Amino acid sequence: MHNTKYHKAGSAADAASLLSGADDGTVLAGGQTLIPTMKARLAAPSDLVDVSCASDMRGISVSGNTVTIGAAMTHAEVAGSSEVRAICPAICDLASNIGDPAVRNRGTLGGSVANNDPAADYPAAMLALGATIKTNTRDIAADDFFTGMFDTALDEGEIITSVSFTAPSKGAYAKFPNPASRYAMCGVFVASTDAGVRVAVTGAGSDGVFRAGDMEAALGSDFSASALDGATVDAGDMLSDLHGDGVYRANLVKVMAKRAVTAAG
Amino acid sequence: MTTVSMTVNGKAVSADVEDRTLLVDYIREHLRLTGTHVGCDTSQCGACVVHVDGKAMKACTMLAVTADGADVTTIEGVANGDLHPMQKAFNDNHGLQCGFCTPGMIMSGIDMVNRYKADGKTLDETAIRHELEGNICRCTGYHNIVKSIQQAAGEM
Repeated sequence: MHNTKYHKAGSAADAASLLSGADDGTVLAGGQTLIPTMKARLAAPSDLVDVSCASDMRGISVSGNTVTIGAAMTHAEVAGSSEVRAICPAICDLASNIGDPAVRNRGTLGGSVANNDPAADYPAAMLALGATIKTNTRDIAADDFFTGMFDTALDEGEIITSVSFTAPSKGAYAKFPNPASRYAMCGVFVASTDAGVRVAVTGAGSDGVFRAGDMEAALGSDFSASALDGATVDAGDMLSDLHGDGVYRANLVKVMAKRAVTAAG
Repeated sequence: MTTVSMTVNGKAVSADVEDRTLLVDYIREHLRLTGTHVGCDTSQCGACVVHVDGKAMKACTMLAVTADGADVTTIEGVANGDLHPMQKAFNDNHGLQCGFCTPGMIMSGIDMVNRYKADGKTLDETAIRHELEGNICRCTGYHNIVKSIQQAAGEM
């Protein structure tokens, strides 16, 4: 790892000011992607601004059907929140299957969303739930936030502080993990609300997380796995690599979507 | 350089370290506690698992400066005179061959038993195998590791 200067931020505002004063600084959340990337010398930020203890980026609140989760909350904390589980068990189940137990004890929701790894789990949840990504400067709708593989609408120096969403009446996430890396080769989050059904897919698309419009329409009129029998997924839009070609992944999208619908009940 | 202070296995320690120093390097190189192992450089193998403020974490995927003020337990800190029940269970069940992954297996094993007990959940074989996703063993095929953790879960 190249040398770097470490700063611990007490708040989001503190982090923003530390970042603006840095040459080529970056936010360090749980570091479960960033630290390995730095160890491999694929990233060499001049400064690291640690937000894992930023007080205004911590905490979970549930008010009516609205769930707000601080960006610095770990996957284990989200998985273990009885408050969230009571109205949106799908996101707790998703968090409880990210990485492994040690990763879940450090990795954070905000870090995962900001990194927008094309095989990460949380982006699918944010998109399917129609979440609002709150930053130190503005609110961004999930539909506008994820702009392609490892790419987001975040500006330079902008920091995610929390996410909020309305708990769906039905929702579930089904993942087919890569047998070696355990990252999603395909993960589908299905959420049904008064406004309709949203289906978001991670791991499979060639440009990161995406919404499956045809499936949303089919499930909107009949929320059942069999409603997806006629759905087609374009293999040309899928990732194709040594783990599975586009045709295989396109089929996985359909299978995982059906499993998610069945699990959502 | 930054001064870090933390408690490791109940003892207060402090040192000036480069900001890029990984927690595992601080533990091994500065404190000379070499029971915590480094088995990969991709954060996948779990040989470096320690407990930070009571939670299992990969010491290779965390900076020493981040652990400033923390209470850290390594494999050297789990025995209390006698072997810890998890250590004894690995011994009883031959839960290792070369032993390289064992410190991480034991730290992850203790963590999972503690969590399941706190939640009042049963740690059965399926759960143990799922919980061991972050710990890689290249010798045993895991079978005796799972048996060891099952035994310890009944004794802890």
